[in-house]
Amino acid sequence: MAVEGIGARALRKEDKRFITGKGRYTDDIVAPGMGYAAFVRSPHAHARIKSIDTGAASVMPGVDAVLTGDQLVGDGIGNIICGWMIHSKDGSPMKMGGWRALEPEVVRHVGQAVAVVVADTLAQARDAADAVVVDYEELPSVTNAVAALGPDAPQIHPEAEGNLIFDWEIGDEAAVNAAFENAAHVTRMNIENNRVVPNPMEPRAALADYNSAEEHFTLYTTSQNPHVARLVLSAFYNIAPEHKLRVIAPDVGGGFGAKIYIYPEEMVCLWASKRVNRPVKWACDRTEAFLTDAHGRDHQSEAELALDSDNKIIGLRVKTVANLGAYMSLFSSSVPTYLYATLLSGQYNIPAIHANVKAVYTNTTPVDAYRGAGRPEATFLIERMMETAAREVGLSPAEFRRRNFVRSFPHQTPVIMCYDAGDYDATLDAAMSAADYDGFAARKAEAASRGKLRGIGISCYIEACGIAPSAAVGSLGAGVGLWESAEVRVNPVGTIEILTGSHSHGQGHETTFSQLICERFGLDSDSVSIVHGDTDKVQFGMGTYGSRSGAVGMSAIVKALDKVEAKAKKIAAHLMEAAEGDIQIEGGELKVAGTDKKLSFTEVALAAYTAHNLPEGMEPGLKEGAFYDPTNFTFPAGTYVCEVEIDPETGKTEIVNFVAADDFGKIINPMIVEGQVHGGLTQGIGQALLESVTYGENGQLLTATYMDYAMPRADDVPSFNLSTHETLCPGNPLGIKGCGEAGAIGSPPAIINAITDAIGNNDLTMPAKPEKVWALYQSSMKQAAE
Amino acid sequence: MYETTYHRAGSAADAARMIAESEDGKFLGGGQTLLPTMKQRLAAPSDLVDVTKIADMKGIREEGGQIVIGAATAHAEVAASAVIKSRLPGLATLAGGIGDPAVRHMGTIGGSIANNDPAADYPAALVGLGASVTTSKRTLSAEDFFTGMFDTALDDDEVVVSVSFPVAEKTAYAKYPNPASRYAMAGVFVARHGDGSVRVAVTGAGQSGVFRAEDMEAALAANWSPDAVAGISVDSGGMLHDVHGSAHYRANLVTVMAKRAVAAAG
Ligand SMILES: Cc1cc2nc3c(=O)[nH]c(=O)nc-3n(C[C@H](O)[C@H](O)[C@H](O)COP(=O)(O)OP(=O)(O)OC[C@H]3O[C@@H](n4cnc5c(N)ncnc54)[C@H](O)[C@@H]3O)c2cc1C
Repeated sequence: MAVEGIGARALRKEDKRFITGKGRYTDDIVAPGMGYAAFVRSPHAHARIKSIDTGAASVMPGVDAVLTGDQLVGDGIGNIICGWMIHSKDGSPMKMGGWRALEPEVVRHVGQAVAVVVADTLAQARDAADAVVVDYEELPSVTNAVAALGPDAPQIHPEAEGNLIFDWEIGDEAAVNAAFENAAHVTRMNIENNRVVPNPMEPRAALADYNSAEEHFTLYTTSQNPHVARLVLSAFYNIAPEHKLRVIAPDVGGGFGAKIYIYPEEMVCLWASKRVNRPVKWACDRTEAFLTDAHGRDHQSEAELALDSDNKIIGLRVKTVANLGAYMSLFSSSVPTYLYATLLSGQYNIPAIHANVKAVYTNTTPVDAYRGAGRPEATFLIERMMETAAREVGLSPAEFRRRNFVRSFPHQTPVIMCYDAGDYDATLDAAMSAADYDGFAARKAEAASRGKLRGIGISCYIEACGIAPSAAVGSLGAGVGLWESAEVRVNPVGTIEILTGSHSHGQGHETTFSQLICERFGLDSDSVSIVHGDTDKVQFGMGTYGSRSGAVGMSAIVKALDKVEAKAKKIAAHLMEAAEGDIQIEGGELKVAGTDKKLSFTEVALAAYTAHNLPEGMEPGLKEGAFYDPTNFTFPAGTYVCEVEIDPETGKTEIVNFVAADDFGKIINPMIVEGQVHGGLTQGIGQALLESVTYGENGQLLTATYMDYAMPRADDVPSFNLSTHETLCPGNPLGIKGCGEAGAIGSPPAIINAITDAIGNNDLTMPAKPEKVWALYQSSMKQAAE
Repeated sequence: MYETTYHRAGSAADAARMIAESEDGKFLGGGQTLLPTMKQRLAAPSDLVDVTKIADMKGIREEGGQIVIGAATAHAEVAASAVIKSRLPGLATLAGGIGDPAVRHMGTIGGSIANNDPAADYPAALVGLGASVTTSKRTLSAEDFFTGMFDTALDDDEVVVSVSFPVAEKTAYAKYPNPASRYAMAGVFVARHGDGSVRVAVTGAGQSGVFRAEDMEAALAANWSPDAVAGISVDSGGMLHDVHGSAHYRANLVTVMAKRAVAAAG
């Protein structure tokens, strides 16, 4: 390994173990004497449980216990909570129905757990689970959120009348009404954001190990934020006090949001481990993942954009119905509110915005944050509106956007956000030239000669990362703070361990976080290791989601490094009898400027620990911690241009070019950033073209395997054309904005704008399945002929 | 998966006997359909009799104007076979477009046709070429072999030994894959034989599995060109309708794939 600092394309330190099969995932971990859990799940979308007969199952070979919701409730295990309070516009708090980890009375979605079997082997546990007899009385169900608000819809939770969880608003309605009265042109659209299933490669898993002598639990689990898991399990679910509960998130194979939350299965494994007095392992299969991992998106909106006679935007009005599924998952309420409507201003100067969001219960899998969380829904809405308005008023999509760009910073939008820095012209110009936008007409003509329909679409996205500061999110209803912690431990031999509250589940933190140390001390990255994902090692942290680990997590490391550097310099100055201000750190050495006096980093570290000769009054050791609470969100932004070719005979879309010009602020490792963008764009392409969650009439999930749910494959995506254009984020020490979600946020509208351009029909919903595109093109041809 | 007992058969007769003697046994080909079904606990055979190690059920040979493919031959071997590429290029294309490389290296032609998934590719080639299927008991024409969706003329203890394809003058296969599973939403195999007769077989689209598009056959016998079938549509009444596509859309795909197959056959 070499000394690879900020900006280096350092290869990933973690890859050796992943590509040689040495990764250690939750399901790889074996505890002596462990049993296996299998869940009994509801086959109905909505039903009353008349009885659960566990008699036959409990005497089957190898079975330790068959446990139900009555026992869980009887043992005082708390309901699953939503950690973000939202108030309706009338001031009333959101209406949360009870969610029990094993349901004893009424099941509300297919796949909901009603009992668990623990047995010696997985096969025995499954056999016994099949033998549990549950007598259900089926109830009418509803899966569509707008339908759930209808007068005849079945009532899902007694707490939420008419299935309405909250009726929330943001912005100045009167100002928006006035803008529409004065509008020269109004663009109106109904916009859907389709539900998707996150599908991390590693399904969820848990291994719970109760030690009865110490009354102590250890939970290995697939979590993006083990400390939050421990907090919630202790404070709300009464599993054990925090010091009696260790949560370890070992190697985790992707999360995309779905591994933020505390789910019934992990809780039940903990509880069951104590009940049966042995470790309990559970690993989800793929169909269980489809049925129980929190889904993403699922919005239905009406949007109206008012323009003045110069085609400047004067108002935006949005009404959204958000489907939260059968229960309120941990952050579900924040996604369609503060993570969504606050981004509706896009990259534009919009003087008046009003958004109303109704959150609704349905008989579907709960919905929560999925890569982008609210921001993709906002971006899709505003960028579909922008492209459509440009077409309606006869301006080029780029020109119309330019006319409305925010150009002076800081910029206060009418929906809370204050954009700190950006250069939207720069990314638009870069994307237009990389896409050879001007040459499009010739390419379209050439494609037509081959019988193909070619289209081009733009999306200028902005998003908000590193949700913060804690006081601000607290005032908006968050149940937690959103800072991050770090500890830098320099060992006596000068090697360094960085403990972080962030968690890496594919992001490459072991590589990028090490680069900060290489940069600072000129040390080889082999002499640094990153410790994360264990509540016994790292004191506290908020985990990884919302593209926060760079902007927030690394900032905490930088603060801790500042302290280490200061102390190391003091020691070096003392040892070399120089002034502290004259000490420079370079290439792993501390030098006295202008002289040839120097000490290696190792010598200074050793001196700190031998403590034979330290400055008067200094404590021994070289270890510092820091907590970092940002002053604002960060605002990554950029322009995506998508070019498609459509086969008019089948409706199949091929993405022939995809250009992404992003401003992520400071970039620590361009290779890792490109990987994040590739992944994000691919998930965006999946949502836009392929991923179609389909519920049948009786609430059955018809797309619960890969035979029916289309995930993007390598041949569904083009070779991406990427570039970055840096404006530093003024809010954190490194100037980082974040890159983890941008691709998934910015890409869907570019793709749909391109397809609608190609087929000359704007009525397209996601996913743009070939049949839909084919039928729309047929109908536009018919209309043209008439 | 439920518990099961694995057996390895040394010959087709041996395999048939093992199945006859088992409580509820099944032949195991490449396991690409059967094993996932078992893992999902949708099938629970008491015994599995592996037929893929039977030497005379493997390999490809040319014999009396026919190409004979052993039932335990993997899709990848068919796709890469020089004799098939030159004599029946449509069949090589078809085999090379099944699933993904892992599936193609494990899955077998015998397993595929015994399963008769309405979206599987091979049935189109068998019917399109007028192939015959030799089993441990008899020889059947392809049309007699495939009896409906997931249904064949095979008895429980009858093993497919080989498939014989007559060599045709022109062959091609055009497939519109299901974006999720990559099985066929509509797959059309066209063949023109030396005597001028034409066959068009369609898989993926029909409610009862593979079928012949006779209007297209007649049109192509008169005029072997993509234009000849461009205006011919199959009745959408008999087409599948599911989350992946309506019957109407599938009927459209059949016409489009037929056109493309004829174009590819040249
Ligand atoms: C991811 C994936 C993608 C796929 N995509 C496609 C595709 O695009 N197109 C396509 O056509 N198929 C596809 N398949 C199916 C694949 O082609 C299978 O190989 C085939 O369906 C079954 O063949 P097998 O040898 O694996 O049989 P097995 O799964 O072992 O057996 C299937 C059935 O046939 C029986 N059987 C097996 N061999 C014999 C024999 N010699 N005689 C009598 N009965 C026998 C078994 O008892 C069983 O009932 C896909 C499969 C997977 C897993």
